[in-house]
Amino acid sequence: MEINEVISEMTKIWQNILDDDAIELKSETTAKDVEGWDSLTNIQLIVAAEKKYKIRFSASEIMNFANVGEMAETIIRKSANA
Amino acid sequence: MAIMPIFAQNAVIPYMEFSNLRKNLKKDFSNFPVIKVAILGDTPTQLLHQALRGYGYETGFSFDIYDSEYDQIERQIMDTSSELYAFQPEYVIIFEANQKQASQFYSNDANAKPVFADVKLEHFTDLVNVLNTYLSCKIIIMNIPEINDGVYGNYANKTDLSFLYQLRKLNFGLMDLARHIKNLFIADVAALVVEYGWQSAFSTSTYTNTGIVFDIDFWPLIAKNISDIILSIHGKFKKAVILDLDNTLWGGIIGDDGIENIQIGELGIGRAYTEFQTWLKQLKERGIILAVCSKNFEHIAMEPFEKHPDMVLRPHDIAVFVANWENKVDNIKHIQSVLNIGFDSIVYLDDNPFERNMVREAIAEISIPELPEDPSEYLSFLRSLNLFETAAITIEDNERTRQYQEQAKRATLQKAYASEAGFLESLDMFCEINSFDRFNTPRVAQLSQRSNQFNLRTIRYTEQDIERISKDKDYATFTFSLEDKFGNYGLTGVIILQKKNDTAFIDSWFMSCRVLKRGMEGFMLNAIATYARSAGLTYITGEYIPTSKNELVKNHYQELGFRWEDGLWMLDVEKYKAKKVFINNQDYGNK
Repeated sequence: MEINEVISEMTKIWQNILDDDAIELKSETTAKDVEGWDSLTNIQLIVAAEKKYKIRFSASEIMNFANVGEMAETIIRKSANA
Repeated sequence: MAIMPIFAQNAVIPYMEFSNLRKNLKKDFSNFPVIKVAILGDTPTQLLHQALRGYGYETGFSFDIYDSEYDQIERQIMDTSSELYAFQPEYVIIFEANQKQASQFYSNDANAKPVFADVKLEHFTDLVNVLNTYLSCKIIIMNIPEINDGVYGNYANKTDLSFLYQLRKLNFGLMDLARHIKNLFIADVAALVVEYGWQSAFSTSTYTNTGIVFDIDFWPLIAKNISDIILSIHGKFKKAVILDLDNTLWGGIIGDDGIENIQIGELGIGRAYTEFQTWLKQLKERGIILAVCSKNFEHIAMEPFEKHPDMVLRPHDIAVFVANWENKVDNIKHIQSVLNIGFDSIVYLDDNPFERNMVREAIAEISIPELPEDPSEYLSFLRSLNLFETAAITIEDNERTRQYQEQAKRATLQKAYASEAGFLESLDMFCEINSFDRFNTPRVAQLSQRSNQFNLRTIRYTEQDIERISKDKDYATFTFSLEDKFGNYGLTGVIILQKKNDTAFIDSWFMSCRVLKRGMEGFMLNAIATYARSAGLTYITGEYIPTSKNELVKNHYQELGFRWEDGLWMLDVEKYKAKKVFINNQDYGNK
């Protein structure tokens, strides 16, 4: 999987859950940059990503994601292992 | 499971994922009745808040929710100047999480551990008592998943020092508390965890990062459970089940296969149908009406009920039995008219998707579950829908089937009498009048919640309300219990008079439609007129408040001889001439 491909798939998930088609995720995007991405919607986003890629993030992974890129990299790594 | 598209507030409400419920939050709730709900939790409850409000859209209610900061349960309840009391909720939900219980429990020493549940129960009792002193609300306590913490293994069942022992004792104690406190209800989260498993209920990463104790897609199950409780308190509950026969109540086709070859009992997958029938019979015994609607010849359809040794349901279990070759929509409408209850309180069970869709399209309000294709799954599927939530049960509930069967006999007799008076006279009717007392309070409250058609103002009273009114000197209360030569209808009519100066205002007048067309209206008016005269009152006034269901009584006061004056229906007590009725009464219990 290409990181850009994953980020564009994540963008669709984010648009759907946050109900905002204007969202455009980039590798360096953080929660601050996206309206509606707060600690509650974050749970939904994480669970939706886990379902889509059939993976589970650990508690510390979730806590330490610095930006969208790091999350996408973790997805790629975990999907490869699965 | 398919989501039913139309009239969501009346059809079967399916489980929904959190993200779909959250999308409901942006929709238009402005036409829905508002119900104020306060959520008090010892851990974050925002997901419950959103899921509950989201379900409100599916059921046609706008839950106006006050969600306190977490860990404020005691402060919000014990401090009567708190935001909780300012909010004046109709419902207070109390949520104490398993994880918090565990840390409290572990901080106890070996002397305190065995009484942990007792102390917690006292705490819950205090909370409930304070709420009931300062608020008029219903209280819903979420019980606690019974997780074995692994400290003692199975030995946890053999010692009161274990967390599991204390949790189970606490949950059992909560049930007992709810049995004794009428406005306390338990949302059975522990049972949901048994059904769906702790692995689905709990997300370690969500909990570790946010302190939210359930998985995001488990909250909808809890929210639906709570919403089911609230809806049943608001009179939205099921009263009857209409059953198809072939491949619904037994395997095979009675008309083709014959009585010895249908699958019930030992034959084929008969066990699935036997257990399904046993469950239906339990519903019947708790007051749900069973009716049959089948495309069959009646004598063939009836044969298994009468003769098959393994049938659980027998002819006397079925209130209305319709088997013919007309279409099911007409037959179901006929059954509804005999039962005289709203379509929204009826569940229709049929294995055939075509019939289900036809009925659903014709009668949008009726609940029609999408039964699984495999009959062995019927029971667990229906159980999971929680269709039969109820806010109260009364002794009269389990008599209802017999009453409807008597109704069918009366209908036959009525045809034989040429004049209405002759027919009424032949019934040997007898009516007992009482004021509200502690014996009839549950039934009065139930009738207040259930009567939709014959209800002049449709004010819903709870048992607590009824108790309060019965003690208030400004009110006079009347209950009417009718019987005739075919049987006893029980308490079927209620009038509440509010006295002010020289006038008795009819605050409530409602009646079960089972006793329509036998002169009860006149009899009841005679009773309150007699009372008004003896109490020295000059006028009786009444009001009709239209609803979508009470058109039946639109001209009620006019027909009884009231005159329209100053926006109310009015009757002069002195000039009133008692109506001719064919109902005798014995006891005039009202003071």
